[in-house]
Amino acid sequence: MSVPHALLGLLNQRSSHGYDLKHAFDRYFSPEHPLAYAQVYSTLGRLEQRGRVRLDAIERAEGPDRRRYAITPEGADELDRWLIEPLEPEPRLQASLFTKVVLAILTGRPVEPLVDAERHAHLKRMRELTAVRRSGPLPVALLADYALFHLEADLRWLDLTAARVDELRRQVLAIPEGS
Amino acid sequence: MITAPVRTTPPIADGRAAPPALLVGSGLRKRFGRTEALRGIDFELQPGELVAVMGRSGSGKSTLLHCLAGIVPPDEGTVMFEGRSVGDLGEGERSRMRRTSFGFVFQFGQLVPELPAIENVALPLLLNGIARSRALEIAAPWFPRLGLAGLERRRPGEMSGGQAQRVAVARALVTRPAVVFADEPTGSLDSLAGEQVMELLTAAAQEQGASIVLVTHEARVAAYAHREVIVRDGRVSGPAAE
Repeated sequence: MSVPHALLGLLNQRSSHGYDLKHAFDRYFSPEHPLAYAQVYSTLGRLEQRGRVRLDAIERAEGPDRRRYAITPEGADELDRWLIEPLEPEPRLQASLFTKVVLAILTGRPVEPLVDAERHAHLKRMRELTAVRRSGPLPVALLADYALFHLEADLRWLDLTAARVDELRRQVLAIPEGS
Repeated sequence: MITAPVRTTPPIADGRAAPPALLVGSGLRKRFGRTEALRGIDFELQPGELVAVMGRSGSGKSTLLHCLAGIVPPDEGTVMFEGRSVGDLGEGERSRMRRTSFGFVFQFGQLVPELPAIENVALPLLLNGIARSRALEIAAPWFPRLGLAGLERRRPGEMSGGQAQRVAVARALVTRPAVVFADEPTGSLDSLAGEQVMELLTAAAQEQGASIVLVTHEARVAAYAHREVIVRDGRVSGPAAE
């Protein structure tokens, strides 16, 4: 799970405060393991240093000042690249894959290109593992099988997600803020 | 939507032209009633190449296989096999091409239930006019290779699904075809039986220099291929080649 890219994706929807970003992050990606405020602010600080986000406004209210952040064109470019770049195929990718799919939906990007790129990367890795399995002794073949079954599970999840993307888009976009 | 480019003579690294493609489908369209099964597909198969055609149920992948194999004529577009347009062949010639140059494996072996396994393997040879004794002589060595030595006289109904499917693979390859079309060849089998079928199919095809068009929705099966083509809504989607 890439917290910086998830925050960039959320900021790509609209400029936002760290407090609201944290709650949006928890709501979409990590309801059972909420993100620490400190991690949100430190990540935003690093993204600002790298020119990926900028301070949009400082709003004064009761209590401490609220700093509103906005994504920069460089940040949007980085988000584009990250979304389409396939993850290194390995077992247990579901959290990262899920983050990408939801961020593509939230930011109005098409889901199919990232699903296709990921499927292609997975199949490439599965071809390599199949070659290992066919040429190696049984213990090696069984280890390759273990990885193959997990990669296949990822692909089945991707296919199922791609098949349900319209409904997923409807439901994700309907999640009320603050829920 | 992206469609794969047609590469009739792809350049290779040292500047020489690669050998011409064995089988080329260009701009293939096919409609069944109000359903558009293929919406302009380009496909290319090189000699000795194994290409997996993947996609969801109803995506058009089996229709693509049927068009490429000359079983179903496309409404639009052309299929060229060894430089000849399949659409220009008469039905007799097309049927002969399917018998001599193509082999077929389907999800359910479609063996003739009344015939013993060895006669099922020999059947395409008999249809090509080879004498029965000679056809059985050619079919016999397949059985040890299939892991089915001693089961030559069993009928399909007396064999497991995996064994019957291995017989179907031998039947597809016994004529030494240029292309084997395999439509979900492991679809009805468990993992181990499916693996045995794929090992046999790919090893035998490679040994004979045959190309394979492999329609499957299973990633583990597609991973035997050199590359994959994804069909979605009658079109090729995503990266079609390395």
